[in-house]
Amino acid sequence: MNQSNAFKLPPKPSRLKFIVIYLILAVLYVVSYIGIKADITELWEGLPNMGNLLAQMFPPDFAYFKSILKPMMETLKMAILGTVLGSLLAIPFTLLAARNVFLSRWITSSTRFVLNFIRTIPDLLLASIFVAIAGLGPLAGVCALVFFSFGIVTKMTYESVETIDPGPLEAMTAVGANKLQFIGFAVVPQALPAFVAYVLYTFEVCVRASAILGLVGAGGIGMVLKTNLDLFNYPHVTTIILFTLLLVIIIDSVSASIRERLL
Amino acid sequence: MSQQKGLIAPKKSAGQRVGAYISWLIVLGLVLWSTTGMNFDLEKALHSMPTVKNIFKGLFHPEWSFFNESEGVVDNMIITLETAFLGTSVAALLAVPFGFLAARNMSKKYVWISWFGKRILNIIRTLPELIIAIIFLVAVGPGPFAGMLAIGFHSIGMIGKLYSEAIENMDEGPMEALTAVGANRIQTLFFSVLPQVLPEFFSFALYKFEIDVRAASVLGMVGAGGIGTPLLFALQSQDWARVGIIFIGIVIAVVIIDFISGSIRKRLV
Repeated sequence: MNQSNAFKLPPKPSRLKFIVIYLILAVLYVVSYIGIKADITELWEGLPNMGNLLAQMFPPDFAYFKSILKPMMETLKMAILGTVLGSLLAIPFTLLAARNVFLSRWITSSTRFVLNFIRTIPDLLLASIFVAIAGLGPLAGVCALVFFSFGIVTKMTYESVETIDPGPLEAMTAVGANKLQFIGFAVVPQALPAFVAYVLYTFEVCVRASAILGLVGAGGIGMVLKTNLDLFNYPHVTTIILFTLLLVIIIDSVSASIRERLL
Repeated sequence: MSQQKGLIAPKKSAGQRVGAYISWLIVLGLVLWSTTGMNFDLEKALHSMPTVKNIFKGLFHPEWSFFNESEGVVDNMIITLETAFLGTSVAALLAVPFGFLAARNMSKKYVWISWFGKRILNIIRTLPELIIAIIFLVAVGPGPFAGMLAIGFHSIGMIGKLYSEAIENMDEGPMEALTAVGANRIQTLFFSVLPQVLPEFFSFALYKFEIDVRAASVLGMVGAGGIGTPLLFALQSQDWARVGIIFIGIVIAVVIIDFISGSIRKRLV
């Protein structure tokens, strides 16, 4: 008897629950569809326009490749500086947010609150604010990326710091280490590989972000893209998009292979 | 003796240490190279202090009246949420075939199929949402519909990738069992694959929805409707009190959505 029980299927979820969920979803869809004035016929009618645009975008102007090399490198520079500074800034906050490093809930919770808040600021908003402060140019982009990367690195790192082996932590406490020794000899050696991997991952994200921050004037290739879009110079636009894709793919594969070796 | 050996931390070989030094040198070199051409100007920085003060003043004294006036923060934020919701839903559906295409265990004999599927998803993911939005804007004109289409297209990349990983990680026992009793491919799909992966699919779609709410709030800055539109105007006219209240609106919406979606996801998986 007991044996046959093991082969019984789990009880079916109730039908009513499903019906209610589907009804809620259906209502949400209808409300949203009306709310954003979505119109499939509009898309259908607009397809020729899009085809037109795509026709104008091809073939890309490959001669333009050389003249956007400099802004492209600027984009890369912004991403490097932003990620490095943001990650350095992230180290102390990561430790403050980890519950196994600082046992006081008061410290970790308030740090997490601030970190969550920073992470909700969209990158373009940050960039626009820094453009108002530092003026048009890559400096504004770097400042925005510092905050942006800071948010991502801290979140991922404190979560992995919390999963480190508690043995060394207890050992350090047992021999009477102070907080700095505790962090330096028990936390950092364990968390460092993951930290470096997350920094690399964040760098990948930052390269993508850095390429579009220029749309609001924060330097890099995005600014050139904006100018060409405003001038309807679509072959140039295609070249820029292709070049950006190339850069992103190269950075991603290099960074991914380093990350694989780290973890 | 051998016991003690286990307690000694493994020493890095000379080669490893040299390698580590070289990589740190490369990183340092890259950072130094990056600082060239940044034109940091202390005098100019000090000059911009009044602007910083204005920004903080505005952000800390937000224009509350704009919050629930018509076409204010609430109205626009709802449009943004609807844009993200529809966009993610479209992507969650369209990503299903891509997910199966890219999953390695669905096309065992033909490795190139999953390789091809993974490439497509990668390219879709790499195209920035804002650029896709600009292309859709040409097709359907400015407004949230263009934003929805952009999100619907872009999100296929990430959702499809997550789907394919879920399919690759599933238990293949039920599939083999069904094949053994003579089920055809469609039957295997419906009775062994889908029941296993559907909860995960929903969970991934919800997770992407959280991300897309953030994305949709800035799409308006290129003309794709929602909360980004008043944000762009406020930024252009340096109306920091209005930027402040819009920002508060975005934060509240993001926190609420994350909370709801997170609690649903916890129950799903």
